Amino acid sequence: MSDPIISFQGVNKRFGQVTAVDNASFDIQRGEFFSLLGPSGCGKTTLLRMVAGFEVPSEGEIMIDGQPMSATPPNHRPVNMVFQNYAIFPHLDVRNNIAFGMRKAGLTRAELDKRIDEVLELIKLPGYGGRGADELSGGQRQRVALARALIKQPKVLLLDEPLGALDKKLREQMQIELRQLQQQIGITFLFVTHDQEEALTLSDRIAVMSEGAVMEIASPGQLYESPGSPFVADFIGSMNFFEGEVLSSTDNAMTVETGALGTVSVTNSDAQMVSGQKAWVAIRPEKMQPVFSDPGDLANTAGGTMGPSAYLGDRSHFYVHLPQREDPVLVALQNLERSMTQLHKPNQPVWLQWASDAVVVLPRD
Amino acid sequence: MSRSATSSPSLGLSLRRRFLASEALRGFSLLSPTLLAMVFGLAMPLLVLFSLSFWLQDYVDFIKTFSWKNYADFFAKPIYGVILFKSIKISGMVTLATVLLAYPMAYFIAFRIQKNKLVWLILITVPFWTSYLLRVFAWKVMLGYNGVVNSGLKSIGFISEPLEFLLYNPMAVTLTLAHAWAAFAILPIYVSLEKIDRSLLEAARDLGENAFMTFVRVTLPLSLPGVIAASLLVFIPTVGDYVTPTLVGGPSGIMIGNIIQSMFGKAFNWPLGAAISVMSMLTVTLMVCVFLWGTHRFRRRVA
Amino acid sequence: MNANRPWWRPDGFAVYAIIYLTFIYLPVLFLPLFSFNKSKYIAFPLKGFTLQWYQKMINTPDLLEALMNSVKVGITVAILSTMFGLLAAKAVTRYRIPGRGAVMGFIMVPLVIPGIILAISLLILITQLDIPLSLWTVGFAHMLLCTPFAMLVLISRMEGFDRSLEEAALDLGENAWMTFWRVTFPIVLPGIIASLLLTFTISFDEFVLAFFLTSTDPTLPIYIWSSLRFPLKLPPVLALGATIFVLSFIVVSFAEWIRRRGVKLESSSGI
Repeated sequence: MSDPIISFQGVNKRFGQVTAVDNASFDIQRGEFFSLLGPSGCGKTTLLRMVAGFEVPSEGEIMIDGQPMSATPPNHRPVNMVFQNYAIFPHLDVRNNIAFGMRKAGLTRAELDKRIDEVLELIKLPGYGGRGADELSGGQRQRVALARALIKQPKVLLLDEPLGALDKKLREQMQIELRQLQQQIGITFLFVTHDQEEALTLSDRIAVMSEGAVMEIASPGQLYESPGSPFVADFIGSMNFFEGEVLSSTDNAMTVETGALGTVSVTNSDAQMVSGQKAWVAIRPEKMQPVFSDPGDLANTAGGTMGPSAYLGDRSHFYVHLPQREDPVLVALQNLERSMTQLHKPNQPVWLQWASDAVVVLPRD
Repeated sequence: MSRSATSSPSLGLSLRRRFLASEALRGFSLLSPTLLAMVFGLAMPLLVLFSLSFWLQDYVDFIKTFSWKNYADFFAKPIYGVILFKSIKISGMVTLATVLLAYPMAYFIAFRIQKNKLVWLILITVPFWTSYLLRVFAWKVMLGYNGVVNSGLKSIGFISEPLEFLLYNPMAVTLTLAHAWAAFAILPIYVSLEKIDRSLLEAARDLGENAFMTFVRVTLPLSLPGVIAASLLVFIPTVGDYVTPTLVGGPSGIMIGNIIQSMFGKAFNWPLGAAISVMSMLTVTLMVCVFLWGTHRFRRRVA
Repeated sequence: MNANRPWWRPDGFAVYAIIYLTFIYLPVLFLPLFSFNKSKYIAFPLKGFTLQWYQKMINTPDLLEALMNSVKVGITVAILSTMFGLLAAKAVTRYRIPGRGAVMGFIMVPLVIPGIILAISLLILITQLDIPLSLWTVGFAHMLLCTPFAMLVLISRMEGFDRSLEEAALDLGENAWMTFWRVTFPIVLPGIIASLLLTFTISFDEFVLAFFLTSTDPTLPIYIWSSLRFPLKLPPVLALGATIFVLSFIVVSFAEWIRRRGVKLESSSGI
């Protein structure tokens, strides 16, 4: 493997009896936008704080740019952090907040001023240097926190849920800016979030965490389209799961017998499974197409009745009851035409169709 | 990966790592100067006081052999026990009076004042910027033979001769102490009332309690920590006060502080003074425990 | 107060508040009154207006020396106990310390121990160690008494302190000491000033510890105590009391003014 910027080597962290991080071992490459994604309490923030140096691993070692970090206090680490609540110093103005970490940089006053003006430009707050900390909006505070860390030119920028406090519109705008900024300056970003959409939008790679353990590390597309475990499949996006058993398996194609969906044929499956093995057949809601007249005896089709539905503006969710299944199946449909909401009526017969490479097959135990 | 997981760190590094890892270690190293000063200035003197109470006075020297004699003296002469009991009674009354008087005032500031609470709090504390001694002396001026009360009553013709029973008795001591310690009662009670989430009171009303029962079942139990703190802050120091009884107490208003002071002054019997101090502390501690137990019971019963 | 209540039916609590304020103010207000009274005796009826006691106050060297002693002790005590209080407050608010309750309880003991018992305990220890009594021993005792007050004031200021501000400073490359100096200190400063004022006031007014632990140098309360026994020395003391009262009123108002002004400064221009 190439030379990683951060390397976690068997990192454990315990607080008393509680294991916050359980044997994390993985690398983050130079220039990556890497996200730690998981529900609250999964250990993602603890892992980030160990990189920053605010927590020390109970076991294991964190290498930054090839150097072991356990005995290095936060102020000597070549990383900087954007805090969840931004931690803007309330007694300093924007300029002095940004200049805070540059005391030992050996710059003259003029050079420093020039640098500050540059980063203010970079974060799109030119002329804001004289503002007081309490005169900034949430988005502006976030930008100042970013500038304050970036002016230090860290090897890795650590971001602890930096968009969590912003409202939805602003958050989406900041996501785009953050991504552009990262590509512009080329610094490695290590980003912590519980918001899967945010992680999918921003990241080159995502580590999904649960209860202290790293479940899977992959690109957003891989995580969504070919999740490696039922947990990840369920955690990212919505997923319908069907119990089944593999009937036959070749290199590139499988047939799986399920009760509710009948016999499902699968192509382009990543899972290596043998016939007779127990399996989960998983299909995303938007990958099933509802039709309202009997399509006849086609493969990858199942008939049922319409249940309750929910109108979400750009799309509609509705639940379909299948004869051999207790839980209804969730189906999502783009509202491509304004009149489409009138299509679905409760208790109406409906048939679901899906492509053979829409299906994910995962081992079941 | 080429590097091994942990290249064996030097001893210094591993110690440093331990130090960074241990919250407790860093916390205690920050605490240590204060703790050290308090051990030297508080724990050691109290220990020395305790051991002195088992020694005997021999003119200007101590006989440093263990003896129960001081404690035997304490119990043999009823005067010590009687005065200690009286001190506790006076302090108890002072505590009751200050807390009862302070509670409505604290309640008023916490719940009825919307703006400028700080101004009210400063207003309450202003009288206490005068010297404690002068504040106590002021009551001598108030209650004395030619004092404010007597001359006032005389000028409106209510009395012809000054009243002499106003000053130099336990009542004068109680009144003076209740005045002198008022601020110590108001502030803790105010803080505990201020902390109460107003929606709790609305919830109680919503669930069908009237204003008075809301106070009894919600406000009062939640403000109890402040009442307890106020009571202790007034009760414990006033038991040992000797300025007030000396100035306004007269012979009948003597308290245990006067006895202890005399043992270290005119009577010059330090070990006996130490024994009386230890007995006073034990009694006060016992009273406080009973009080805390009582309030605990009260809280459980009401809520 | 309730705005839509007619003035002739006042709130019971408001009436009580007035009565209570009268109770705590009335006795205290007689002292400045007598400081302007022409008679040597602190008794009614008043004999007429004079400023002679203020003149006498300035011309009484013993009184001024006692005042200076109290100021010296007070300043030293305020600085030391605030430093000790700051360290302790920092430790208990910042770190998870095992036995936090016990440690805090121990430091708080001087608050709930009768002053006379603390005084004689220290007297015994100090004489056993053959340390001569002086203003230093008084100062030490006052420091013990004031440290818990300082700690309480500073804890209340630090509890709202956002820990990530310090982490941000460390993260930006400052060591622990510079983090304290550049971040913690300026933010906690109002608490520090409050603590300095409070501890100075307590030391300045403290009598019992000083009474037992000083030798020949009196502090102001000791001078007052002796003058209470010699009524002729008293009027200048009342004059001094009134002067100190007015001075402290000015200091507190000034501090409050600074505080409010400081808040505004923060928001407009930073440092």
